[in-house]
Amino acid sequence: MSMKPLPMRDVFLEKIWLEMSVNSSIFFISADFGSPVLDKIREDFPDRFINVGIAEQNLINITAGLAIEGYTVFAYAIAPFITMRCFEQIRVSLALLSEVRPMNVNLIGVGAGYSYVVSGPTHQCYEDITIMRALPNFQVLSPADHITTSALFDSCVATNGLRYLRLDAQVQPVLYPLELPVPSDGFHLHKKGSKVCFIATGFMVHTAFKAAEEINKNGFKVGIIDIFNLTNFSKEGLKKVLESYVAIVSFEEGFSGRGGLDSMLFEFIAESKLDLKTLSIGVDPGYSFELGSREELHEKVGIGIQSSLKKIQPFVQSVTHKFKEQ
Amino acid sequence: MQEITTKELNYLRRKALWVWKETLAIHRRAPETRLASSLSVIEIFVALYYGGGLKFNALDPLDEDRDRCIISKGHGSICMYPILADLGFFPLEELNNVCKTGSFLGGIPDPVIPGYETVNGSLGHGLGVATGIALALKTKKSDNDVFVVTGDGELHEGANWEAIMFASHHKLDNLNLIIDNNGISMLDHTDNIISHSNLLDRLTSFGWSCVEVDGHDIAAVQKEILKQKNTANKKPKAIIAKTLKGRGVPGLENASLSHIMNPKPELIDELLENLTDSPLEDK
Repeated sequence: MSMKPLPMRDVFLEKIWLEMSVNSSIFFISADFGSPVLDKIREDFPDRFINVGIAEQNLINITAGLAIEGYTVFAYAIAPFITMRCFEQIRVSLALLSEVRPMNVNLIGVGAGYSYVVSGPTHQCYEDITIMRALPNFQVLSPADHITTSALFDSCVATNGLRYLRLDAQVQPVLYPLELPVPSDGFHLHKKGSKVCFIATGFMVHTAFKAAEEINKNGFKVGIIDIFNLTNFSKEGLKKVLESYVAIVSFEEGFSGRGGLDSMLFEFIAESKLDLKTLSIGVDPGYSFELGSREELHEKVGIGIQSSLKKIQPFVQSVTHKFKEQ
Repeated sequence: MQEITTKELNYLRRKALWVWKETLAIHRRAPETRLASSLSVIEIFVALYYGGGLKFNALDPLDEDRDRCIISKGHGSICMYPILADLGFFPLEELNNVCKTGSFLGGIPDPVIPGYETVNGSLGHGLGVATGIALALKTKKSDNDVFVVTGDGELHEGANWEAIMFASHHKLDNLNLIIDNNGISMLDHTDNIISHSNLLDRLTSFGWSCVEVDGHDIAAVQKEILKQKNTANKKPKAIIAKTLKGRGVPGLENASLSHIMNPKPELIDELLENLTDSPLEDK
């Protein structure tokens, strides 16, 4: 796998293309959404590539019909549309029906968080973690780079199940130059720290790294975890890692306090009887039509480097009682 | 195609009458079930399951070599319980347990029932999933067909029309839609809500091969099912069956609120006791 940063979706589509050439039981269904790599799939497998048009409800229904007939299906659209436009189809004919009819379905949502920067709130996606993790039988996968995206592919083909992959629409730096993430762990401890651990998903892992760098200038050493499977991570493994900390900070490019990564972690902490203070870095709930770069938008909604540091610095100080005076 | 014989027709009529009685009896025992919408669709299901149009395997309901029957009008298919039991999908005694703790026969059927393929409680999902199945069978080069039975009320759900466009574009002539067009949804006649009076024109203009029949004329329904099944014209097919909601029950039949009306137990008893000739014939 290339160490040069690549678009997550192209890496994933390339793997699907390769697999489709040796596995005739794979369908790729798009709701009129493309990519240069997708052109190869369209050209080489015209019978197993279907564009349903701008019709996400039908995207899911067709997917369900193919899946209960034994086909492995990759369904592809922009993240907010493939999750929210067709949520009841997903609930009824995938999550619910899969209780009695085995199926292998992978919903690929491109455009996690603010990745469609100038397209505004319809194309941005701050609710998908919350609503998709509400569904039993679904795994919510949220990679932060193309290496992780690639590593998650194999289980998408090898085992029956329902998965939602939220992919960033922009190219993100490589987080795994040497050590590969282990898909069955669902998370990766990038940096071991003391007292405070940052736990982030998707794009926000990169923000967590930058925030850690700033915080550590004050004599701290915070841990950093990338959690890329938000539903089926190793609970034992994460508990073991977190036992040595006194506090965590969650980072997500989704609404704060609305059932996303922060809620998931708080529930996990309670369930695991861990004694940890918590801080949530997430989007202030609300919608905005303002334009700006992704970084500028992040600062406005409270998840940029500076705006999150404003919350993190006093938090770290209070939980460690030894924050240095600036 | 061979015309149906009098003997065959009498067999289907007897079955329809038996199903009608059993459906009333189930509702008498389990008033939580929706009766009226189950009474309009009886001849359609009897024609499908007893008339030779639908290939099924009661001992192996998910047998690969079966026609898929998607029963989309969830609430209104309690009449399928006696049919499936009679055909051996599950024991007849189970009909005594509808809506009881531990039974798999609920107020709304679920795919835990042998013979039910998909989730049907929420309306407007069956046709889309059936369309995906039809595409899968075409890809497998399977000879099996897909039947999907919907009500007319659920055609107000927009997802159906996404599937209707898709099916004709992809020439899914193995997809057979049967609409139980009883003209009434929960609160009123559909003509007073969003009218479906021109369903034939609508579906035809969407590229479907359509026909209208009297949904209580069991011979006509059976004939159209067999005719459609044997026509490979690269078009999905629809039978628009004109029916009466609550058929055969005084006060219920064609009443605008029939969907949520429960006839009195005494009336059901009287209907079942005094039934000598079929109330379903020669109306």
